[in-house]
Amino acid sequence: MAQGAITDGTAPRGRVWDRFSIRTKRVIWAWAFLALPIIFYGWIRFYPTFQAFWISFTDWDILKPAQFVGLENYDKLVHDPQFWKVFRNTFTYLIVGTPISLLVAFLVAYYLDRVRFMHGFIRALYFLPFLTTAAALAWVWRWIYQPVPVGLINGLLSQFGIPQQPFLKSTTQGLPAIMVTAIWAGLGFQVIIFLAGLRAIPSTYYEAARIDGLGEGAILRKITLPLLKPTTVFLVVFSSIGFLRIFDSVYNMTSNDPGGPLGSTKPIVLMIYQTAFSSFDMGYAAAQTVVLFTILLIVSLLQLFVLRNR
Amino acid sequence: MRNRFMLAGLAAGISLLTLGAAQAVEIEYWQYAYETRVTAMDQLIANFEKANPDITVKQTTFPYDDYQTRVIAAKAAGQGPDVLQLFYGWLDKFQSGGVLQPLSPTAFPHDAIEADFFPIVTAMKRGDDYYGLPTAVRSLALFYNKKLFEEAGLDPSKPPQTLDELVAAAVATAKHDDAGNLISEGITMDMAGQDHQWWREVLTRQFGGVPYSDDYRTVTYGQKGGAEALQFYTDLQNVQKVGQAGFMDEGQAAFRGGMAAMTIDGTFRLGSFKTIDQFEWGVTELPASADGTRSNYASYFANGIGASAQGEELAAAEKFLAYVSSPEAMQIWLDVVGELPARKSAAMTDANLADPILAPFLKALDYAHTTQFVDEAGQRQVAIDMANRVLLEGQSPADSVAEAATAEQAIIDAAAK
Repeated sequence: MAQGAITDGTAPRGRVWDRFSIRTKRVIWAWAFLALPIIFYGWIRFYPTFQAFWISFTDWDILKPAQFVGLENYDKLVHDPQFWKVFRNTFTYLIVGTPISLLVAFLVAYYLDRVRFMHGFIRALYFLPFLTTAAALAWVWRWIYQPVPVGLINGLLSQFGIPQQPFLKSTTQGLPAIMVTAIWAGLGFQVIIFLAGLRAIPSTYYEAARIDGLGEGAILRKITLPLLKPTTVFLVVFSSIGFLRIFDSVYNMTSNDPGGPLGSTKPIVLMIYQTAFSSFDMGYAAAQTVVLFTILLIVSLLQLFVLRNR
Repeated sequence: MRNRFMLAGLAAGISLLTLGAAQAVEIEYWQYAYETRVTAMDQLIANFEKANPDITVKQTTFPYDDYQTRVIAAKAAGQGPDVLQLFYGWLDKFQSGGVLQPLSPTAFPHDAIEADFFPIVTAMKRGDDYYGLPTAVRSLALFYNKKLFEEAGLDPSKPPQTLDELVAAAVATAKHDDAGNLISEGITMDMAGQDHQWWREVLTRQFGGVPYSDDYRTVTYGQKGGAEALQFYTDLQNVQKVGQAGFMDEGQAAFRGGMAAMTIDGTFRLGSFKTIDQFEWGVTELPASADGTRSNYASYFANGIGASAQGEELAAAEKFLAYVSSPEAMQIWLDVVGELPARKSAAMTDANLADPILAPFLKALDYAHTTQFVDEAGQRQVAIDMANRVLLEGQSPADSVAEAATAEQAIIDAAAK
């Protein structure tokens, strides 16, 4: 081996290398290979993250050099009514959106699992929105929500003599209207994951349960749901992070007045975007980012803890 | 010693090489993407390159929403354009951030600028220096759909001249379905479009107020005029029901689609409205108040020279800026984009003043005001929110205007810090 040749002539380093057992050498080699992606990942991910923490303590506005301002940005954040509004909006997306989307996805998957007729086609229909660009979906929905004479839903409503609804133009209906589209867009993915989870449950359990005379409801509660738990945990975490980071559908559906009338649909990511790239207040935007990061971390850890295997 | 000679020779060679390169200096021009503006600039560049074969100009465009970010990011990276377009309201930010360099007074003498251009050019001056020159200026006017006027029994050659006539015409032309839903607007309501300028500089003055102190550092519309103006504006939707915020998304889209009889918009819309073939439309001055007070909002995009342009590039950039601010360029810009020439002599020609479409805009330049924004997007958002509080939450116009005045003052104060 090449190493032998090197160690003969030189350096304590070579001798040190020789003293390692084969096992240790393997580990070192493994880490050497792993180091490449880790360094790369650390450079493009962790370095900017730490940089964001630093920027949040400065008044950097891109054009002028950054000055350290301590906790000023955080102080401003706490006293900014706009921030608390988007904070509330973001948690509304999370707390209402996640359970509804999981429930709907589970129901669809549960019944789709029993459908044999055109099963693949129906499944593809559910999955299709997930493959489409979020911006394109948002613009189609924007048209659907328009008032008469162009809007689809309002056109139908007015044919039946039901009063028009303002949808996106309203401070109360705007957020639910956007949430519906976000749930719909993510539904296909969740249905597929649930279907895979359902298929993974051995059919022998069901057969045994039926022989023992258990009803459908009991089978669902005692067998299906408990065995689906790993799938559910994954989807809860995945969907929560998605709702906490919601941006593209909101931005595209309300681009005239981003974040809806009076900021009624604005999530925290949109506020960060506007602070950073409309007002160029990078320090303040970084402080908001740090808060979002902390929330994401806490929510994810909490969910993993609550739904952990006992 | 020999080495030193060689170095000197090398240096001489390099400078010869760069001299050779100077025969074909390339400068970069940036503006935001808007079809007619890009077409017009392509024509200007072609003419300029024909007259100056040693200079090539590369035009780069970005979507409007992205444009400022790109300029600022390019400045941070030290790779800005040589000549760039900017809204007059961005000057504070661009100048203090070092994006622009002042125009040399030898290439662009101040007395000539002030004698030839409309007075609003002084909004490009900071201290003793000018930071840019406009090709075109823009003002607002009332566009009306002649077909809808005729259908409603109005005379399409007599558009409304006062606010009362405006409301009457809007009431006559608005259409509702059986359930009372608005299906065609009398007048568009779009605060995110030009309506915030109409409210700020026109309606507020017509209702007896002044929007800002003379230096635009103090908001004064909260004291007088603002609330009455907002009442008038929101009544169009709440009381007369002739317009609806968000109808067909944007006011200009509703007008274009033939679903609005009137809309208030600027010269920059002429180019795109010219392609309408379903109906004829006309333009008239913004309506006067009962006592005859007229006002308007004038603004412009100027071209400035990037801070990084040096040496031959700077010389080429100055030549290019001089050409795009020349009367010839202004005529091309007027023909292609529809915006008014920024030089008085090029604008106030007999042909332009006899033009039924251009005349209302030109007349407005006599009495127009130019708001000095510190954060155009932020200040516009204040106006959008102000109208929404009345239209959606039922707040009284007086309270909403007071809240807006506080919010806008905070933006101005923060920028001054």
